[in-house]
Amino acid sequence: MLACLLLVMTMPLLIGIGLFLKSTLLLDNNSIINLLFSKTWKPLNQNFGFYPFIISSIWVTLTAIIIAAPICLLTAIYLTQYSKKYFLKIMHPVIDILAGIPSVVYGVCGVLIIVPFVSTIAPIFGKQSSGYTILSGGIVLSIMITPFILNILIEIFRNIPDELKEASLSLGATKWETIKFVLIKKASPGIISSIGLGISRAFGETMAVLMVVGNVTKIPKNALDPGYPLPALIANNYGEMLSIPMYDSALMFGALILFVVVLFFNIISRLTITKLEIY
Amino acid sequence: MKATETEIKINNLNVFHGNHHTLKNINIEIPKQKITVILGSSGCGKTTLLKCLNRLTDLYSNIKVNGEIIINGEDILHSKEDITNIRRKMGLLSQMPYPLPMNIYNNIAYGLKISGRKKKKYLNKRVEYYLKQINLWEEVKDRLKDPASSLSLGQQQRLCLARGLTVDPNIILADEPTSALDPVSSNAIEELFLNLKQHYTTVLVTHTLRQAKRIADYVVFMYLGEIIEQGPADEFFNNPKMEKTKSYLRGTSN
Ligand SMILES: Nc1ncnc2c1ncn2[C@@H]1O[C@H](COP(=O)(O)OP(=O)(O)O)[C@@H](O)[C@H]1O
Ligand SMILES: [Mg+2]
Repeated sequence: MLACLLLVMTMPLLIGIGLFLKSTLLLDNNSIINLLFSKTWKPLNQNFGFYPFIISSIWVTLTAIIIAAPICLLTAIYLTQYSKKYFLKIMHPVIDILAGIPSVVYGVCGVLIIVPFVSTIAPIFGKQSSGYTILSGGIVLSIMITPFILNILIEIFRNIPDELKEASLSLGATKWETIKFVLIKKASPGIISSIGLGISRAFGETMAVLMVVGNVTKIPKNALDPGYPLPALIANNYGEMLSIPMYDSALMFGALILFVVVLFFNIISRLTITKLEIY
Repeated sequence: MKATETEIKINNLNVFHGNHHTLKNINIEIPKQKITVILGSSGCGKTTLLKCLNRLTDLYSNIKVNGEIIINGEDILHSKEDITNIRRKMGLLSQMPYPLPMNIYNNIAYGLKISGRKKKKYLNKRVEYYLKQINLWEEVKDRLKDPASSLSLGQQQRLCLARGLTVDPNIILADEPTSALDPVSSNAIEELFLNLKQHYTTVLVTHTLRQAKRIADYVVFMYLGEIIEQGPADEFFNNPKMEKTKSYLRGTSN
């Protein structure tokens, strides 16, 4: 049992080391700055600029967070402060189901609903679009990360002691003032942390995004452009071009970037929730 | 000698938690600018009684409150007055200090800001005034921007008391405010109550008899949701009438 435990604990380390070793071929031949910021991706010419993919990933992730975070925050506040207790009880399994739906299913729904929707509204912003865009990816992702963010937020708000609420109310604050000035403040480390975890999930999500985002190697200029996030790049190409060792190494480097970013946000959000209890 | 005025008159107050009859037929006349101590063992309904007084019972959907609580000639349980105004008439101090998640300064300024006072100069003056009133000013004047949670428990509790005073209440409600504190901090709080007495009507819940004896003017003794005996402190402690009171005072009942 101890061996299993050790295996589980060292797994992230092993994956990290493995990815790094596999990337060394690429890293030996290119500067890391060049890899991260060069805009040219021409594997056959040995040009491995990850910039378009990194920017796409950031765009998709940010779009998802911007949509999901406020919705989750208001939902959590409503469920814990306003609605009847049984409503929260009903919501818990709903949230779990949402979290358990396979990624492809979200992708299919995205293609069937979100993509046509985005294609329809694009002209409002003066653009023609197939609907396979950053925005579509962001919307699908926002739905996918909602259960994770929401679960944390509900837990945070439920654990705020009644006495704190009572203290504010007894000073003549209204319920809304209490929520706005006291509860949200008290919950802020948790809110930051939940967003961090949301980012780390969104950044690495592959299948559903890949299906709706267009996968065009170009730097997106706005949310109605198609994009090509890192995970999609790896999933689409891995296994095809392995005859070119440098390409293989480049995809591994892409995976390493993903791994580091996801790990970073994970650790940061865990630290905020435990350490940032400044008040 | 002038007869004492009544600040709060509680008539036939009954409270239910679901089917549990938590407070049974409570009648009390709480004297103005005196310290009224509510005594009784744990679970007898002291906290519930206090929460009725500023209608924090409204927050909990399983609590039913019947009867009258008359303050300034108005029944606050059935008043049309805005609940926030009713609550501003009372400062609340709970069992544990719950400072607001803000710095020391803003813990005091919060109540003022909520009631529309936003001028920086005015706030500065009031913050200093209230912190001096609870003898905390000297200890914290150089660290007003520190989070309130960085204070010791005793300091936090005094801060919470000052916070309650900022809305200019006539009444202070305190629910076992010293039970989480060390003896020195407890004494500091008791001293404050005695000093504040000339301006405020204090309702203090406690389960320590010694504290009650030290500071009470009027005593209400409760047992399982009922009032067993009430009266002026002298009479209550020296000449109790009910068997239950006597055994409680002897320390044989719990
Ligand atoms: N939220 C609640 N739900 C159900 N019953 C409660 C609740 N709060 C208090 N009670 C009941 O009311 C009684 C009195 O509680 P409380 O007023 O807290 O007593 P005290 O402060 O004297 O210890 C207890 O017996 C408890 O069972
Ligand atoms: Mg109590």
